[in-house]
Amino acid sequence: MFDNLSLLGLVPLLNLQLLIDGILIGSIFALAAYGLALVWGVMNIKNLAQGDFVIMGGYIAFTLSESPFNLHPILTIPFVFVLMFVFGWVLYITIIRRVIERDLFTSLLATFGLAIVIQQLINLAYGPDVQTVESGMAIREFFDGEITIADTKLVSFLLAMSMALLITVFMKKSRMGRAIRATSQNARAARIMGIDTDRVYAFTFSLNAGICGIAGVLISIIWVIQPFFGMTHSIRSFVIVTSAGFGNLIGVILSALGLGAVEQFSGFILGAEFQQATVVGLLVGVLIIRQIIQGRQRQVVK
Amino acid sequence: MNLKLKKILFYGGILLVGIFAPVVFPAYTFQLAILWLMILFALTWDILGGQMGYNSLGNILFFGAGMYVCVVVQIGMYYDVAEYTAHFGAVKIDYTPYQYFSGLALGLVLAALFSLVLAVIFGWIVFGLRGPYFAIGTLGVAIAAGELVGTWDYVGGGGGITVPMYPGDPDDRAVFFYSLSFVSAVSTFIFLKWLYSTRFQLAINAIRDDEEKAEAMGIHTNRYKTIAWSFAAFFLGISGGIFGNMTGFIEPLEVAFPTVTFGIFMVLMVLLGGKGTLWGPVIGAVLFHLIKEITWTYLLGWQWVALGSLIIINVVFFQQGIMGWVMEKWPDLFGIKVDEDVVSAKGTNSVNNKVVS
Amino acid sequence: MSNIIEVRGVNKSFGGVVANHDISLDVQTGKITGLIGPNGSGKTTLFNSIVGYHPIDSGTIQFADREISKMRVQKIARLGILRTFQQTRIYSEMDCVKNMLISAAHHHTGWFDMFRKYPQELTERAEHLLEFVGLFAKRHLISGDLSFGQQKLLEFAMALMNEPKVLLLDEPTAGINPTLINGLINRLKRANHEFGITLFVIEHNMRVVMNLADSIYCLAHGEMLAHGTPEEIKNDQNVINAYLGAH
Repeated sequence: MFDNLSLLGLVPLLNLQLLIDGILIGSIFALAAYGLALVWGVMNIKNLAQGDFVIMGGYIAFTLSESPFNLHPILTIPFVFVLMFVFGWVLYITIIRRVIERDLFTSLLATFGLAIVIQQLINLAYGPDVQTVESGMAIREFFDGEITIADTKLVSFLLAMSMALLITVFMKKSRMGRAIRATSQNARAARIMGIDTDRVYAFTFSLNAGICGIAGVLISIIWVIQPFFGMTHSIRSFVIVTSAGFGNLIGVILSALGLGAVEQFSGFILGAEFQQATVVGLLVGVLIIRQIIQGRQRQVVK
Repeated sequence: MNLKLKKILFYGGILLVGIFAPVVFPAYTFQLAILWLMILFALTWDILGGQMGYNSLGNILFFGAGMYVCVVVQIGMYYDVAEYTAHFGAVKIDYTPYQYFSGLALGLVLAALFSLVLAVIFGWIVFGLRGPYFAIGTLGVAIAAGELVGTWDYVGGGGGITVPMYPGDPDDRAVFFYSLSFVSAVSTFIFLKWLYSTRFQLAINAIRDDEEKAEAMGIHTNRYKTIAWSFAAFFLGISGGIFGNMTGFIEPLEVAFPTVTFGIFMVLMVLLGGKGTLWGPVIGAVLFHLIKEITWTYLLGWQWVALGSLIIINVVFFQQGIMGWVMEKWPDLFGIKVDEDVVSAKGTNSVNNKVVS
Repeated sequence: MSNIIEVRGVNKSFGGVVANHDISLDVQTGKITGLIGPNGSGKTTLFNSIVGYHPIDSGTIQFADREISKMRVQKIARLGILRTFQQTRIYSEMDCVKNMLISAAHHHTGWFDMFRKYPQELTERAEHLLEFVGLFAKRHLISGDLSFGQQKLLEFAMALMNEPKVLLLDEPTAGINPTLINGLINRLKRANHEFGITLFVIEHNMRVVMNLADSIYCLAHGEMLAHGTPEEIKNDQNVINAYLGAH
């Protein structure tokens, strides 16, 4: 570990490489985290299956990129979005609708059960090997090859940021967006004003599924997918939302980019086997910090 | 037949069943031992989850900690642990019965005590969290523990550690560990039965119902929370030591800190049987174990899908669990008084709506 | 000691909003003090500050000549200051008697007292107090099933069970059927005269507070507006303006 640490000191450009990689992949984490925050803020549902939605999106992209479809992975995005949106809607009608009004642990457990079912079904269908989707894009080099940036990562960063922008515009300008915001602030008032909150919830949940799907496509291109990697993605989203809070997209993006960078650095310094430990460690760390901050106000982390 | 006699017959009957089960079903001794451990899991989870309203997803932390402490003590008493693990189990330990049992006894005691201390330490970290944060926080701590132990070469790291062999033939071994599990589970039950008759139960129930109110009324909430978790940790540590020896080989993520299997089963069993009751966890554990064994045998390949679906169905449709449902239907049997006006006004017995966050 | 609680120069803001500005008041021992003011004037915030629910920005709060502004809620409660809540909080899954038992005072409980059973005298005292508030017949019902008014009475009884020195009541008659208010006023007076509990009461119902209080403080916009006997307050122009002008 200390060899790696000293390497960072000796080769400053290495730091830049890790930072860039972290930011590029962090942008995708931001998407999934935003979706989690959306569902949490509007419906008070803590979706532990978030990461599995992402993985699902990745596997749909994987399937569509093989024969007989043979789509270029970037082109699968609209299809994945639609499929995941419908999936989300079905889930809402069957399960989620019934747990909204209940206590908070119920939604956590229900989505946890969902996560298990999804993981296992994917495992049964595709097997436990990691997969990745080939995109056939170039790798750019900078500084005489010291820094490499895959085009796939650049493209996915741009796509992730555009999605974030699109969603923000949608929430501000569209009717449904305004309905969602109204419902999240005061569901009863929204209902009295004639908003069909049930539809708003269904739409929100499905939108989240769609967003996760897109994140999954991007993950499958620049990283890997595996049936059981969902939990780690879920934890990542929780870490980001917990440190950034709800209202604010900028905070989510910054936290996500930060998380991406921290993961890259720790993966390099400590080794790949510490990857999951790092993510979980960050979760515990963020919660402890939140506690200390709240404790000053004599409040607790609710 | 008066009530006292009924009770004696009832408990006596269960004890007899417990004692003679391995005699009647020798092939299932191992499974039955696991069943008793599951009952222990459910009972200890319910202390925090059902009685106190703190849903922990990380109680498995103490199970794994106890497991490792026990095996380290067992080996460490007569050998050098670091040397042993460096050879990846190539060194076969041959203990005399005295060495084995003394090691195991001390190991279990230290496992329990260490887990207790761990609960006090980690309580400081997690008890400032509420609701879902507490659940996720405890889950995170348990996963982190498993991951970190997996990198610690002293205890074998990711490769795991082999437990000293039982000095005797397999049948004796099976019965021995069955007895240990049985005794642990029964002790846990008896302890909790006593605990729930004291002020302690009222205090943790108050914390469950309205913690801020409890604080505003001067209850030492932090004390109760930490002690409650310590009790759970104590028994879980023992169960970990027992299970580690039963399995023979300890692996950090699969055996010691299995958050996704045992860790979640703990929650499920109690939800199935009914939170916040003494018998709910027991019934839930028995039922769950049965269902699990059946699905694993007949639905191989799909067992996890079935399990996940069970979680969803239980949580969504049957939240109060079996005991909760029974208590709603026949409240008089449990000494719960229901106001007729309230019943007719609400149209239903809302006696057992346990709200948890 | 004539003032059991002394508040001096207390300031509390939430973000940019000043809830309490330079508040000073005295709660006289053994008396009933009222706290009135239009909505949003900072009354509940002041209560919360006294009981330690949040830290104050500056100022001092003394209870029996002891500084309590840095203490936590549980500690202050054990010293003898209790409060009731505007939204009425009780332990909804337990029956009334249990609610009462767990409300018995905790300041002298050691580590081993946690594991004792409840003595018969305590149960008798609990039932006696339940009778005092008129809930004896309902004592074995689950408290969550009681009506709102009954829960308010239970909360009051629980506070009495704790034998506090001072009881801070946040709008004790809010939501109560007008015909039952007199009964509540009488019980509050008896708690004060017979049990010797100092009362500090936030109230919106002018009839109640004029009837009950020995002295009254009036807040408006987070600041102390007036202080005096019920007669003085009733005729204070500032108070009248605050209420009429408030929206």
